[in-house]
Amino acid sequence: MRIGEIVIWFVGAGAGTLLLGLILKWVDRKVTARVQWRVGPPWYQPMVDILKLMGKETLMPVTAQGTGFLLAPVIALAATAVVATILWRSLWDPSAPFLGDLIVVIYLLVVPALMTMLGASASGNPHAAVGASREMKLLLSYELPMFLAILVAIARCGWTFQLGGLMTAQAEATPVVFSISGALAMLVAILCMQAKLGQVPFDVAEAECEIMSGVYVEYSGPALANWLMTRAMLLAIMPLLLVEVFWGGLYKDAWWGFASFLGRYVLLVVLVVLIRNTNPRLRIDQTMRFFWFYLTPIAIVALVLALIGQAEGIAWL
Amino acid sequence: MALTTWALRKSLWVYHVNTGACNNCDIEVLALLTPRFDVERLGMILVGSPRHADVLAVTGVCTRQTMPRLQEVYMQTPKPCVVLAVGACANAQGIFTEAYHMGTAVDEAIKAVDPNAIVLYVPGCPPTPEAMIAAAAKGMEFLKTL
Repeated sequence: MRIGEIVIWFVGAGAGTLLLGLILKWVDRKVTARVQWRVGPPWYQPMVDILKLMGKETLMPVTAQGTGFLLAPVIALAATAVVATILWRSLWDPSAPFLGDLIVVIYLLVVPALMTMLGASASGNPHAAVGASREMKLLLSYELPMFLAILVAIARCGWTFQLGGLMTAQAEATPVVFSISGALAMLVAILCMQAKLGQVPFDVAEAECEIMSGVYVEYSGPALANWLMTRAMLLAIMPLLLVEVFWGGLYKDAWWGFASFLGRYVLLVVLVVLIRNTNPRLRIDQTMRFFWFYLTPIAIVALVLALIGQAEGIAWL
Repeated sequence: MALTTWALRKSLWVYHVNTGACNNCDIEVLALLTPRFDVERLGMILVGSPRHADVLAVTGVCTRQTMPRLQEVYMQTPKPCVVLAVGACANAQGIFTEAYHMGTAVDEAIKAVDPNAIVLYVPGCPPTPEAMIAAAAKGMEFLKTL
């Protein structure tokens, strides 16, 4: 791939994902409002919020470590944009991935959480410090089951670490989710996605009325806008990752391919919103217990089932 | 009118500061978020940190204890921001004007740190949510002149 093509993909995928993420953010707020029997904001509300924050001043607390404080949201946004590029590119053209792109995606998806911790710690605010410690525990909780769940898909698709390879294998056989191990792994991955997005049952790190938006408490103006954009983009790419890994990607040649992709994608987004609206916030110890003692064993069982299924040639296991 | 000013009018984030209110105004502020009034229609949400806020909804008489804190919170809010003095107490300290534990009125306390602060007054004891929405609408009109 030529360098010009890479730049076009990066800019296009980054900007497109941002736009899509902001619209999904509106879907989130609108559905929440309807669930609570309210009217809800107009469709352009998240974009207006970003625009407004761009015009406000950036305040720096005297206790803050300036460089880390302001650099963290930029790095988080950049990492998210790179993930978006890799995911959309491999969705569009599964035959042209690079070796181990799934590992790069998993690796880069940790960066926003890592930068959240860095920025929160650099702000020197006690609320942010509590938020950062919770974010770290949250990361330790969901990374293991998330990776085990993705490993199930990798095992079922002939041990390929390429997103394109996963999608091609699923297009030739059946999607991973249409098997016992795949369904269990997808269930685990959906709940890990909820934690990765910081949505309600697992939003201990920001906990608005408890520790005043926790990790973001000291951010204002464009820096806060940066965080909101990162969150919006994550909301757009996490369901995309799940569709690609577990549910078969874009069937570009079939006439129903695009509509089916859109249906699966929107279904996952709405699922995130509904889980968020029907659950109370868990404490951090409850969250860790949930991920380590419930989801990790389920993911391990799914992995064992997938390995048995592959060894014995039982497709539905 | 700049694009960001237009966006500011469409997305006022409110931080609620209590400077010694009797809780009556606070209940009315919270009523704004209920399905009956739903200010999220207008892009207004309640945020947890003054760093995120565009509007400080100040309730209460502004006692000697809370006055420096109110000024600190005002300085922590990124500008441009609007101060909404909610209720009779926040407007002119109400019936407590001559009490021994008063600081200055909310508007004077704010203007002591920033003479150009935008202060809006919502009279009433407590003001109805409709009055607060009217004040927010007037604030949006005023922001056009920025």
